[in-house]
Amino acid sequence: MKKFIVRRVLLGAMILFFVSMIIYSIERSLPTSYVEGRARDMSMKQGAKPYDELVAELNASYGLDKPVLEGYFVWLGKAFHGEFGESWIFHQPVTKKFSSVIWYSFVLALASFLLEIIIAIPLGIISATKQYSKVDYAVTVFALIGISLPSFFFATILKWIFSINLKWVDLYGIVSRMHESYGSVGKVLDMAQHLILPVITLTIVSVGSLMRYTRTNMLEVLNADYIRTARAKGVPEKKVVYHHAFRNTLIPIITILGSTLPNLFGGAMITETLFQIPGIGYTSYQALTQGDIPFTMFYMVFLAFLTLTGNLIADILYAVADPRVRVN
Amino acid sequence: MSTDPTKKKDDHVSTSQALDDEQRVKVLSPGMLVAKRFFRNKLAVAGLVILVTMFVFSFIGGMVSPYGESQVFRKTDHVWKDYAGATYNKAYIFETADGSEFPAAGQQKFILATNKGDATFEADGVTYGLENKGEDYWAIYSAEPVATVLTLKGKSTYKPAGDAEVTDDIKDGYEEAVSNDEDTFEVDGITYSIEKSGRENLITISGEVAFATKKVFSAGTSDAQLGFEFQQLALDALENGETSFECDGVKYEMSTVEGETATEITKDGEVYATVSGLLVSPQANGVFLSLSFKEAVEQAITEKASTFTALNENGEEETYQLQTKNTQYVVRNQKETTVNDTYAAPSKKHWVGTDGNGMDMLTRLMYGGRISLMIGFVVIIIEGIIGILIGGISGYFGGWVDTILMRVVDVVICIPAMPLYIIIGSVMDYYKIDPRIRIYALCAILGIVGWPSIARMVRGQILSLREQEFMVATEATGVRVSRRIFRHLIPNVIPQLIVIATMGLGDVILMEATLSFLGIGVKFPYASWGNIVNAVNDVYVLTNFWFVWIPAGFLILLTVLGFNFVGDGLRDAFDPKMKR
Repeated sequence: MKKFIVRRVLLGAMILFFVSMIIYSIERSLPTSYVEGRARDMSMKQGAKPYDELVAELNASYGLDKPVLEGYFVWLGKAFHGEFGESWIFHQPVTKKFSSVIWYSFVLALASFLLEIIIAIPLGIISATKQYSKVDYAVTVFALIGISLPSFFFATILKWIFSINLKWVDLYGIVSRMHESYGSVGKVLDMAQHLILPVITLTIVSVGSLMRYTRTNMLEVLNADYIRTARAKGVPEKKVVYHHAFRNTLIPIITILGSTLPNLFGGAMITETLFQIPGIGYTSYQALTQGDIPFTMFYMVFLAFLTLTGNLIADILYAVADPRVRVN
Repeated sequence: MSTDPTKKKDDHVSTSQALDDEQRVKVLSPGMLVAKRFFRNKLAVAGLVILVTMFVFSFIGGMVSPYGESQVFRKTDHVWKDYAGATYNKAYIFETADGSEFPAAGQQKFILATNKGDATFEADGVTYGLENKGEDYWAIYSAEPVATVLTLKGKSTYKPAGDAEVTDDIKDGYEEAVSNDEDTFEVDGITYSIEKSGRENLITISGEVAFATKKVFSAGTSDAQLGFEFQQLALDALENGETSFECDGVKYEMSTVEGETATEITKDGEVYATVSGLLVSPQANGVFLSLSFKEAVEQAITEKASTFTALNENGEEETYQLQTKNTQYVVRNQKETTVNDTYAAPSKKHWVGTDGNGMDMLTRLMYGGRISLMIGFVVIIIEGIIGILIGGISGYFGGWVDTILMRVVDVVICIPAMPLYIIIGSVMDYYKIDPRIRIYALCAILGIVGWPSIARMVRGQILSLREQEFMVATEATGVRVSRRIFRHLIPNVIPQLIVIATMGLGDVILMEATLSFLGIGVKFPYASWGNIVNAVNDVYVLTNFWFVWIPAGFLILLTVLGFNFVGDGLRDAFDPKMKR
């Protein structure tokens, strides 16, 4: 088991190495308008160095003067020490900006993750036990609508109904105008109120796949021989479903939930941007559209890292649940 | 034919009792079985109906639609524009007699003289006399000196001052006037005036060169010329309270409308001109304001009305707005202006209204559907080709080829797609790439990033298929490797491929819509459902024009839902294991 985990971690590190190299080369091929613009501003000042010299200086300080491969190793060396440079548009170290915004995203993702579990698993199980009933059709249609719903459209509809027509919540932002005048409990409640619509959006958009996954796995388990055996023994149907079947369905569900845990830190770019929640998704969207290379570089590698961690967790959980996997 | 009932029965129903009798079991081809299972699934059929509708809507609808994709509709809108200005005239208007001159400098001197109460003033070396003929009505005379008179002990000596001869008649007239204490006298139809200056008196010929009034004359028709004499006579008549006067042998009637300051001058029963204290002038050159219009303006001002109606040049009733600016009045009318017909509500002409550029929304939706569906198919084909190639090779050969290719798949899957698209979209924005090329680039990028899941599926399938007997048979019969992969293995992967491609189509359309919504996918002038919804970034549109973004959003939802229903139905139909 230990050997298995070590092998997986090493493999993940290797993949991360190549992924970050690809991301770095893509970033390097971006037009470096930021550096040029900044050098132009600096050369305007009195007694400043000429523009060309400033461009060269800035490029050197950002490591943009070296060839791509060499530049990548410089970046990688710094990244190992936790140095990801200073963000160009936020004017503070990337890691500092990251740690100041990540918790908004985490709270948002966690809330919708818990809601998802509460909604998806019971509905998926009911849908599987009553296959081809009206309930099953309703749940299936609901799940597929959730999967098919463009998040930006659903978020807009929510904003239209609850912010514009009913005026229950604000259109944008994480705090209201009067935020500073509230007490500490009031501040938290105020922020929670602003997170209602984003959480609903994220939950509805992503609940479908977990629901379908639960249903499929439950169906598979219900078709298994030991369920037939249990029924043949005369075990009551309720006990068959909720003891024999459900516990076995939990294995793949927990595995997939475990593998999505790292994504709680990934940020929901579209939803956060639409509601202007200052989480990692919205922040990196700004960085991406404005060509902030240090920040986007960090964010993309971070996302790749999260994906790999998710895969690793899934592999380990599979191995824990199914000893046959460990052999290979 | 045969009337034997037993024989007839035999044609359809087997008499055999065996269960596996060929006559009892209706044999269906595998394809038919799949189709039958598919059509038994209500959701799948619903999805199919949705998709067919979408295709008809997008591809045939675009052809049927009478409008073009980026045809801009214009409409004529009424915009309030300044038409005329009106003000109560507070300045003197000078009217000069025919053949006489009254210099501009004289106008100021005149005003000074009236303020001081002088009887004469001088301008450009000429002395002018003035006479108050009524309220704000002055006659201005040029005083041409004739003679100076020095009267001593009742005896007057005349000294000629100008070119004219001092006749006895003048002297008699002068003496008579002096004795009567008058300022003027008339001899032979010429008016002479007496100006006292010390012991000397000056006799001057006074000819009226101009008059100054605050009344405004307006002609009834644009070609009517209101001459000096006409105006003078009219003003005289007005001051004397007469109701008619004659000018050039034509008789004019005058009448003052109750409650108004204007006086109408009629000729032969028709309004010929008006005299009024109100000055109404057009804002634009070459516009003639009719008398009835001016009267209507005056009436509106006295009634303090904000709008009024009057006949315009074409004889039609038109509504005007009256606004007060300090002491001035501005009359505005509605001018027809052509503007883009933006955000028009749904109507007979535009069933779903128009968008922010004045383009027909329904047509945009049809063309947007075309682009979204075509991008979906192109991307899925690219993904499929790369996925089948890599997955097929990897699964068939195994070993180190498989290991390397699967690591490549791992790497590509790890690249965060969304940030990558945003970066590339921003770069394309930076270089101002042509919208058409952007569409191709979008397809290529989506395809290149999206293939790993297909490759994984193909590899997994082939890994299990290549162990089966039919593959051993192909090897034994010496079939070429490429033929073995692409003729014997791949066709067996097709069912799963169709399922994954159908569902993938929905995902691609969703991704394309999201990117276009963010403004980095399909760009104007091309329509896409995503960039139609993009209009909601303007909160004003979001609040007021639901028809701009809701239909496009629902079309995306329905199309993706259709693909998911069909994909789901196909999976169940191909693989009935899950049925109970």
